[in-house]
Amino acid sequence: MEPLSNRSKKVQKREMTFAERAYLPAIAQGLGITLKHFFKKKATINYPEQTRERSDIWRGLHVLKRDENGAERCTACGLCAVACPAEAITMIAGERKAGEEHLYREEKYAVTYEINMLRCIFCGMCEEACPKAAIFLQDDKLAPARYERDEFIYGKDRLVEPLKTTETK
Amino acid sequence: MESVDLIYKGIFILVIFGITLLIATYSTYFERKIAAFIQDRVGPNRAGPFGLLQPLADAGKLFFKEEFIPAKANKALFIIGPGIAMLVATMSSAVIPFGDMLIVGGREIWLQAIDVNIGVLYVFGIVSLGVYGLMIGGWASNNKFSLLGAIRAASQNISYELAMGLSLIAVLMMTGSLSLREIAEQQQGFNWNIWYQPLGFIIFLVCAFAETNRTPFDLPESEAELIGGYHTEYGSMKLGMYLFAEYINIFVVSAVMSTLYFGAYNFPFMENLRSAISDPVLANNVVTMVGVAVMFAKIFAFIFFFMWVRWTLPRFRYDQLMKLGWQILIPLAILNMVLTGGAILLKDYLF
Repeated sequence: MEPLSNRSKKVQKREMTFAERAYLPAIAQGLGITLKHFFKKKATINYPEQTRERSDIWRGLHVLKRDENGAERCTACGLCAVACPAEAITMIAGERKAGEEHLYREEKYAVTYEINMLRCIFCGMCEEACPKAAIFLQDDKLAPARYERDEFIYGKDRLVEPLKTTETK
Repeated sequence: MESVDLIYKGIFILVIFGITLLIATYSTYFERKIAAFIQDRVGPNRAGPFGLLQPLADAGKLFFKEEFIPAKANKALFIIGPGIAMLVATMSSAVIPFGDMLIVGGREIWLQAIDVNIGVLYVFGIVSLGVYGLMIGGWASNNKFSLLGAIRAASQNISYELAMGLSLIAVLMMTGSLSLREIAEQQQGFNWNIWYQPLGFIIFLVCAFAETNRTPFDLPESEAELIGGYHTEYGSMKLGMYLFAEYINIFVVSAVMSTLYFGAYNFPFMENLRSAISDPVLANNVVTMVGVAVMFAKIFAFIFFFMWVRWTLPRFRYDQLMKLGWQILIPLAILNMVLTGGAILLKDYLF
């Protein structure tokens, strides 16, 4: 039969030499290897004190952005919900009243905006679909574990970026 | 014996008991730490500074676990088993000389709990009793896997005790004494037995691993085929006692090996140190204290070696274990005996 690759080796079963049969040299060699590991750099990250560095393109917890004046960018167009393959995003749109211009950027805004983190697959399609650059997946935060299922439905209270109080001063 | 001596002996026994338990406790910590370092991890570092309170946390956990006795188990034996293992383990350090003699207020204080002229026999007798703990535990559990583990432990201990005893006889032939103190004294300075008995030491070392049920000879508890061996049914502190007894055994066997082969409390240039100090009492005390430190350094080195080997070697197969014991180690030990005897005769003939 034609060999599939040229990597096959003929196995030969030869008698072990005395040094091999005596085990002890091999054991000493093994002990040397483990002792080398004793002084190697540790792979451990001490979690609460140190956090693991994530890649710049890592997709984590969503955020709804505000514009430079602090108004919400989202106009509740629903493109993110349409783009979402897991159907995790739902929203209800509302009309901006007079005097709310500092709160919402356009005339239409999201009254509720919910993402079900149990459904979300963090694909980033919402981010791509958004025409207003309102929704992003952050590269430094992840959706933390919870005990109750309804705690995984993130509303606007947990999604909208907090106002930057330090900058206005 | 004077009552002062009795009081001193009592204190010394308590101190030795305390040191034994302390070292065994911290062996569990160092075992985990060494395992972690060998596997490129950090190991316990949360409880206290560097995780030093980890043994206490482990003990606390074991005490609060459910105390479970199987319905069909032999209750009395089930409880006695770990007790025997623990009792026997703590008894054997009594005859080990941890140091030479201290002179305090004109009184000679020997740093050994009991100086009997059959010290080696005592250690061997006590250590071989340890298997009763495992055997009773395995039998009383009324579980076939536990029983198999116990039988393995018993047959392994008996097999390796033979080779161990035979390898030791060569040392006894050289020293002509069964007293551990005399054996220690004969290895004055750097005149250690390891230089004369390298083969005997290797046999003794291998047997020591098997006696303490440490990897690569930890077949009684091979979890893959016997779940947990003789302690399958044990939980809570009764399991803790078994594991703890193992660490005490490691300490004792390390001490015995240091005494028999590595010169006990003797260290090179001992006499130079003694003559460097003019006051003879002070000189004696300084040398003795350094000797105690050296003895413990040797013991710790052996304990480290035990752990180092554990995280390096895989477990033996049972038939390989028996083959190694009966077909290799025992003939080798006998050969070593014959060689030693020949050497002694030759020495007498030539000089």
